[in-house]
Amino acid sequence: MAYLQIDNFYKSFGETDVLKGINLSLEQGKVLTIIGPSGSGKTTLLRCINFLDTVNKGTMSLDGELLLDAGSTKDDETVLRNKRLNFGLVFQSFNLFPQYNVLDNVTLAPKLLLEDELKQYKRQLKKQGMGFVAIRQKMAQYKANQLDKINQEAVQLLSNTGLLDKKASYPCELSGGQCQRVAIARALALKPKILCFDEPTSALDPELTGEVLRVIRSLKDEGRTMIIVTHEMDFAKNVSDEVVFMCDGVVEESGKPEQMFGCPKSDKLQAFLRGISNKE
Amino acid sequence: MNFVSITAGLADGFVTTLLLFALTLVFSLPLGLLISFCTMSKFGPLRVLFKVIVWVLRGTPLMLQIFVIFYVPGLVTNGQFVWPTMNTGWVWFDTTVTTRFLAALVAFSINYAAYFSEIFRAGIQSISQGQMEAGQVLGMTKRQIFFRVILLQVVKRIIPPLSNETITLVKDTALANTIGVIDLMYRASESLLDGYIWVVFYAGLFYLVFTGVLTVIFGKIEKKLQYFRT
Repeated sequence: MAYLQIDNFYKSFGETDVLKGINLSLEQGKVLTIIGPSGSGKTTLLRCINFLDTVNKGTMSLDGELLLDAGSTKDDETVLRNKRLNFGLVFQSFNLFPQYNVLDNVTLAPKLLLEDELKQYKRQLKKQGMGFVAIRQKMAQYKANQLDKINQEAVQLLSNTGLLDKKASYPCELSGGQCQRVAIARALALKPKILCFDEPTSALDPELTGEVLRVIRSLKDEGRTMIIVTHEMDFAKNVSDEVVFMCDGVVEESGKPEQMFGCPKSDKLQAFLRGISNKE
Repeated sequence: MNFVSITAGLADGFVTTLLLFALTLVFSLPLGLLISFCTMSKFGPLRVLFKVIVWVLRGTPLMLQIFVIFYVPGLVTNGQFVWPTMNTGWVWFDTTVTTRFLAALVAFSINYAAYFSEIFRAGIQSISQGQMEAGQVLGMTKRQIFFRVILLQVVKRIIPPLSNETITLVKDTALANTIGVIDLMYRASESLLDGYIWVVFYAGLFYLVFTGVLTVIFGKIEKKLQYFRT
């Protein structure tokens, strides 16, 4: 079984069927790009993978573990949160938290997880029969260590994405490209097993797409597993190990990038690629 | 009666006005937030119930609501129910909270909670869904998303309408003297009936200074939140 295995995803909004039986598989360390016309269900697929929308039918397993089975009972919030943490999602519109500076945007979620962890740690120490003062001391030390680690990792991520000098800036002071790089760093801070991108450059001015694509490229070189929904065909050609062409809620064609862009088989993919090259 | 004694009288009434104003805010702001959650609830009956409550509270005169709360409990229980009178006993503010004051406070708190709830609801619903989703994919709980991500953005957006409503409250407190709460307006009308026409203008000055101070405070808060854009 593949690292990520999606079987038979169905999703409808009211009367409209958006996903009509999607099957996907992805190996660890590989990059999968999803291309296709607007309204083909690409974004909905990503949202379902990230548990933002729930599929009506289908299963998904990651690393041998069944994460999602539309037939089974609904998960409670804690379980759902833990499942979501397997994935990271970078949005088209960044969705940075405007009231936090760049560094805090990256560290907020890890710090909140640390708070949860600290509560459990405290319970554990109490069970061991440790005294109140000793617990406080131990907790404070542990917290300081972990916070230090979170900050160091965030600084490392920001320097990898070339934003270290902006760490005290607020999102409204950044360009779109910088915002999107912060969003990538923020998603990476939680060490997701699979990082998803939902048209990461579609909201950017053309001259700013390069810096974001370079960062994604460098992530591939680090061997990260990624799913990218994009309209940047050249980039898809370059960065993908596998390309999926979606149309009307189904996977119309999939394969290696050379084959998909070199000699597309289905009429729809041919038409889609022709349409795009005409525009360019 | 001279200027000094009239000033002392107005100042005494002003303390009651101030107390009514402050306590109304203390109770109506959290209550308003609670009501706004109810009017946004996914549970239909709860949502409808609170929408109706808000409609009634905003759709009838505050003076009528004050009368209802002050008179009706006693009338329907044949005089069994009386709003309690109590002593605060606070060192810094030892005063008797009268029956009338308490009824006015309850009426104001409920009425303003309804108005505030609509401001909160509009503020919360104006924050883009993307903020919520960004929190979700980062593994945050609903609580964390609300308090750590959404709330400050909401506050920033609702400061202007909140300021508006708060300033209205300052002047609405004058309605309390319709049930005999001895507030600033009550004191002013006493002197007016004694023939001192200028006292009403003098009382107006008290209100003006009060709202002026509030305007400055809200302006400061607005400025403080200018460092980010939502």
